[in-house]
Amino acid sequence: MSTDQKQTAPALKEWPLWEVFVRSKQGLEHKHCGSLHASDAQHALQMARDVYTRRQEGVSIWVVPSAAIAASDPGDKGEFFDPSADKIYRHPTFYEIPDEVGHM
Amino acid sequence: MEAKAPVTAAPVDYLLHLADNALILGQRNAEWCGHGPIIEEDLSMANNALDLIGQARLLYQYAAQLQGKGGTEDSLAYFRDVPDFRNYTLLELPHTPPLAGPARADRDYATTIVRNFLYSALMVLLWERLTASPDTQLAGIAARSLKEAHYHLRHARDWLVRFGDGTDESHARAQAALDHLLPYTDEFWADSAAETAAIAQGVGVRTTALQNDWNALVDDALAEATLTRPAAAKGYITQGKQGVHSEHLGFVLAEMQSLARAHPGASW
Repeated sequence: MSTDQKQTAPALKEWPLWEVFVRSKQGLEHKHCGSLHASDAQHALQMARDVYTRRQEGVSIWVVPSAAIAASDPGDKGEFFDPSADKIYRHPTFYEIPDEVGHM
Repeated sequence: MEAKAPVTAAPVDYLLHLADNALILGQRNAEWCGHGPIIEEDLSMANNALDLIGQARLLYQYAAQLQGKGGTEDSLAYFRDVPDFRNYTLLELPHTPPLAGPARADRDYATTIVRNFLYSALMVLLWERLTASPDTQLAGIAARSLKEAHYHLRHARDWLVRFGDGTDESHARAQAALDHLLPYTDEFWADSAAETAAIAQGVGVRTTALQNDWNALVDDALAEATLTRPAAAKGYITQGKQGVHSEHLGFVLAEMQSLARAHPGASW
């Protein structure tokens, strides 16, 4: 056992949090499906495989350190999101879509 | 199953050896369900157990079909006794170090990981060869099982390295588990009558031909894990695959078979 090596890579007592994104099939985007604690990226990927794709939920997994995600502040909810509430003209709901177009 | 048996069918005892290996280790690993060290590993070990039990089912179904005596996968799994089982002794041992009792509280995850590592390192090599078996049914089962074995090896190897170069405690436990379990792998390389028959028919694999590759997989992982391979000793070679088992298999079967024996033919 090399003690030098142990000093350069100390064992973690607390595992950092990772966010897990799973792509359910080719062509679709990766969707956030949960989070887990893991010691490093490879470890997080392996655990995500076992926790979040055991029922054929996915064909690809991303893991991202939770600390790397910048999130909006719930306190900013008013100024961030309320102004869009009364701007219905931003939704393309004034068009009639012909039946032949089908699902868009 | 009405499928016709392939022209070259493996000996039933050879299929039972492969099936019993998968079933007994699957049953053992399932013991962690609800008791895993962390929830992700709890799920992981349940996945692993279900993979192995799935492999066992395919092999038992095929063996029952070849036997053609009205047997089923259930009669093979639940209504055979200790001397009938053909699994490696390694796979029936409890998840505990040699001097600990078999109580749930004494279970040691390093023991679980080391065993899964030693076995899955063999199975990736064995399944890979069996995908080319002239017994096409067995080759199909091997192709499916190979993918699972690759993941089992990856999972076990990853943890083995983490334990080995982790804390002093995890290193000591991994080393103790390795010292305890490695001698049981001598059984991998001693051909049983069933293996000899399967090799003679050209449908089985001579495991000694895999030994160098297996040693390379093991030594590579142990080096990365900073663990020491115990010196080879010429000791007793276990004979579980010939039906001569340790005292532990009876307890495994008692728990696994009691429900099916209390309610024969029950379905749910």
